[in-house]
Amino acid sequence: MGVTESFDGGRLRAYLREPSVVLLAVAAVYLLVDLVAKLAGVSAGIAGVKLLGGHVPVSNVVGFVFDGLLLGLIIGLAGVGLSMTYSILNFANFAHGDYITVGAFSGWAAAYVVSFFTLGIDATFGEIILLNAPSLVSVVQTPLAVVVGLVVSALFTIALVLGLDRVVYRPMRDKEGIALLIASIGVALALRYVIVFFWSTSTRGVTSTSSESLPSFSIQVVDGTYTFNLHEVTMVIAAVALMLGVHLLLQRTKLGKAMRAMSDNKPLAQITGIPTERVVRATWIIGGGLAGIAGFLIILERGVLSYNFGWRLLLFIFSGVILGGIGSVYGAIGGGIIIGVASRIALVWIPSGFPRVAAFGVMILVLLYRPSGLFGGVTTA
Amino acid sequence: MSVGKRFWESLPAPIREDDTVLIAVLLALVAAAYFAIGGLQAFLAGSTVVNAAAQTLQSILFLSAVYGMLALALNLHWGYTGLFNIGVAGFMAVGVYAMSILAGDPGGLPPGLGLPVPIAIVGGVIAAAIVGGIAALPALQLDADYFAIVTVGFSEMIRLTLQADTFSGTVTNPDASGYNVVNLLGFSFGTGGGRGINTPLNSPFNFLFEGPLSAVGETLISAGESIGVTAPVVESAAYTTFILLVMLTSYYLLVQRVGNSPFGRVLKAIREDELVAQSLGKDTRIFKIKVFMLGSAMMGLAGILWQGTRGFVNPNTFRPLITFYVFTALIVGGAGSNTGSVVGGAVFAGLLLEGPRRLAGLINAIAEATFGGLPSPNTSWAALTSFDPAAYLGYIVANIPNLKFVFLGVVLVYLMQNRSQGLLGYRKEIASSVDLSERPGKPGEPGAAAAPDGGSNSGGDGDE
Amino acid sequence: MSESDSGADAAPVEANVPDDVDVDTDDVEPESTDSAAEEDAKEVPRGLPLRVQNLRKTFGGITAVDDTSFEVEEGSLTGLIGPNGAGKSTTFNCITGVHEPDGGTVLFNGRDITGMRPHEIATQGLVRTFQIARELEEMTVLENLMLAPQGQQGEKLTYAVTPGLRGSVRHDEESIREDVWEMLEFFEIDHLAQEYAGNLSGGQRKLLEMARALMTDPEVLLLDEPFAGVNPTLEEKLLERIHELREQGYTFLLVEHDMDLIMEHCEHIIVMHQGQVLAEGTAADIRSNERVIEAYLGEDV
Repeated sequence: MGVTESFDGGRLRAYLREPSVVLLAVAAVYLLVDLVAKLAGVSAGIAGVKLLGGHVPVSNVVGFVFDGLLLGLIIGLAGVGLSMTYSILNFANFAHGDYITVGAFSGWAAAYVVSFFTLGIDATFGEIILLNAPSLVSVVQTPLAVVVGLVVSALFTIALVLGLDRVVYRPMRDKEGIALLIASIGVALALRYVIVFFWSTSTRGVTSTSSESLPSFSIQVVDGTYTFNLHEVTMVIAAVALMLGVHLLLQRTKLGKAMRAMSDNKPLAQITGIPTERVVRATWIIGGGLAGIAGFLIILERGVLSYNFGWRLLLFIFSGVILGGIGSVYGAIGGGIIIGVASRIALVWIPSGFPRVAAFGVMILVLLYRPSGLFGGVTTA
Repeated sequence: MSVGKRFWESLPAPIREDDTVLIAVLLALVAAAYFAIGGLQAFLAGSTVVNAAAQTLQSILFLSAVYGMLALALNLHWGYTGLFNIGVAGFMAVGVYAMSILAGDPGGLPPGLGLPVPIAIVGGVIAAAIVGGIAALPALQLDADYFAIVTVGFSEMIRLTLQADTFSGTVTNPDASGYNVVNLLGFSFGTGGGRGINTPLNSPFNFLFEGPLSAVGETLISAGESIGVTAPVVESAAYTTFILLVMLTSYYLLVQRVGNSPFGRVLKAIREDELVAQSLGKDTRIFKIKVFMLGSAMMGLAGILWQGTRGFVNPNTFRPLITFYVFTALIVGGAGSNTGSVVGGAVFAGLLLEGPRRLAGLINAIAEATFGGLPSPNTSWAALTSFDPAAYLGYIVANIPNLKFVFLGVVLVYLMQNRSQGLLGYRKEIASSVDLSERPGKPGEPGAAAAPDGGSNSGGDGDE
Repeated sequence: MSESDSGADAAPVEANVPDDVDVDTDDVEPESTDSAAEEDAKEVPRGLPLRVQNLRKTFGGITAVDDTSFEVEEGSLTGLIGPNGAGKSTTFNCITGVHEPDGGTVLFNGRDITGMRPHEIATQGLVRTFQIARELEEMTVLENLMLAPQGQQGEKLTYAVTPGLRGSVRHDEESIREDVWEMLEFFEIDHLAQEYAGNLSGGQRKLLEMARALMTDPEVLLLDEPFAGVNPTLEEKLLERIHELREQGYTFLLVEHDMDLIMEHCEHIIVMHQGQVLAEGTAADIRSNERVIEAYLGEDV
């Protein structure tokens, strides 16, 4: 188990003097200056070669930041579970992305059922539960459906995750990390295609997006407008509320203290009498629940549901977790937000299609140069 | 697994003891099974039996060989050195794409460098080796789990870069706003982006069938036609035979040589306890880089030989799923064992990859022939609520491509829980280029652990 | 040793006095003993292959090694003892590059090896064994030992694979194999040659550990509790061998908890306590050193 690094001034100063950190700081400063120049519409160059600046509408950048924030909140929320699993159970859970997908499907199926019920629309049950009927769900028109969906997504994912632990991971508690990792890949594949078996591979729209069911708002930002809608607002509110909840759990409850202790130093925690199987179960419950809700919320914001969106997000989530520091819940949240915002802001400088590449590159660099991440946490299993 | 053990014991001795015999018998069984299935299916559908059977046969042998080759390369990384590389697909992509770009028509879309195919192949392999060397650098510092994540990251970065519009070379007019041809060192080329790229190798054995050696080709074709096999199938079969007999064997021999040598010994030591290897004076970093480059080059070449013959690839051909296939094959066969890699390749291709699909096809054919086919409900709900067993079967059979993944996932979990050493993994191959059990001064004695002194460490008595 | 021997040496005295010197030879005592300087001059001064100077290593808030300095003489069997937690293994780790020291210097044959990587240090001839024996478990005992010798050509990839070069690799392997079997027979574990190292008992693992280290043909060997679990007769045999090797110029630094062994075999003993060198000297010195006794009695040994 790793040792949480002690944080004293001398080490910080030594760290800041390391060449890689200096380079990184220089690069960051350059980018910042360049961004400000671009926002101001100013250019600077030497001998006809543009070094700095250009033009980027402020509204674009504001848009990037907010889009990034939306993405980042979800990645952060989902990352909490991944981070805890990694530190307490010592393996990289490659099925985590599919937990998110499961949460989305279960939550939306429930939301559909409720919405059709409350709206009294005539459609066959099969169409409803398989999400094949045209969507009528929105926060405005069917708030109950959204709430129910949220709750169901959490509960269903929790049940699934606990079941999987029982069947797959508990018999393997003593095996090494790679074996668990491979098993989790197996779980990921199985989950994804069970979903496909029932729901098929088609991508479908699940929210009602007409202007009366989903009002959108525009705010004027310097030189353009930024538009957002109620679903995005809902998502932000829900995500922040959940993060606050997690914070309170970790800081104010005994269970939270136990979890923090365990992720710091497991053998020590075991000796001091913290019941570990209980903490493991709590890890799965919290991590799985958050993943499920994150899945539901993303789809609420995006409006479109596909069978592998969770899997596609997985590397992003890993990036966020690693950046923030494995084992640190706050790190997972913070890292996720940073990755989300960075991947969108990067569009100022690099063409679309590459922000993901950039995010993965950041992850690799973090692993190489500061494996404990930004916020400390366990260095390595 | 006593059932498995009993089964193993019941096999005739030559199969158990000689690896070549084992592999040959296994491949023969797979071949026979598929030949029968393909033939039966064709029979029921009323088409030419022999041709269909031959096509099925050569296709499954081809896949077995290819997965065997990839598993062998991965075995170098993982089985021997303990470097868990989930980026296999990325190295294959580099090999195939580099070759396709090098050999691509300069006036084509996307443009390429127009080099002759053999040179392009060499270029592709070298490119894969170089990228492998770069990918090895994080391995010098990171633990197994983290390195695994890095390799996936790498693989995805490669795939996304190939997919991006920026380098795709689809807009070749330099004045156009979307100009996206890459100009580097005087060369212009593109990756094809999301649309993919043509590969030049789609008839690798052209020289046998159209060039100066066409007499050989024609004899083969007429021989084939005399038993009812069409020309395209004959051509594919010729290529498959080449891959199976020449390439797979070469890969096997290469990995054996690397493993059974002092180099291989150090690799194993790195896997077991890197600090010990270092404390004995071995610079483990160099070993890791070398083995990684070799393995990646092998993966690149396997990719070229496989995908390079399809005529066309796109970035999706190299998604992480392919990597999971390869290491499923390796796990099934046994990581650390070279024979296991080949066995795993055959078992994986035969049972896990193609098996379900073929089975479904066979069931459908039988159903068609006997009672006019199975019902195929549109949705799972429709199937579920019909309470008709035939509908259940029909829905399941139609969904076999999806259930195959579920099956694969379950198999992986099962293997990791119960038999993580795979079918042959318990067989550890001694890393030395000479037989270590030969004892100097006592010729002919195998030096086995048949110690008459009870095998204990009580060396005090009877010493000279 | 300081008796004058009158009869036989009178002649040399007379013979050695120059002719033109007027000396009464009866008053001159013949030299029959050497002065201190002459005694020293008879022996070539022993080198100091390993010198540790002001070594420091902290982990978090704990200082495991605190300003430790000592020297190990060539061809000696030096003991390093101390209560548990004294910092002995950490010192070994700092010397051999497993840990990077926070301060101080390690000199090997005059070269500064502080902070070098483990493999660089090992190739120079400084090899160590581990306190908890680290076998390469899934490799046989034979493989473990064949791994050890340095400079094997076959460890280069091209040599391993290329048909012509592989022939010379086989040749090397065959001669290494002979050495390995000899070593196995000497350590009396030849019957375990084809066992996987993971199946060995604790004592057998220790033997494997030492045999493997010896196969590297090191100049200086750091042994970290090598005799734990080894039966006394074999222990004696191994110590005999160590003494033989010493005569040939090999140097050993030994950490052990068996006091009798240390007192009997080590010509120089270093005592560590709480990261510092508490005392140094011969067995007699150490036995009577009050601070040493106090350190041991005050701890749970």
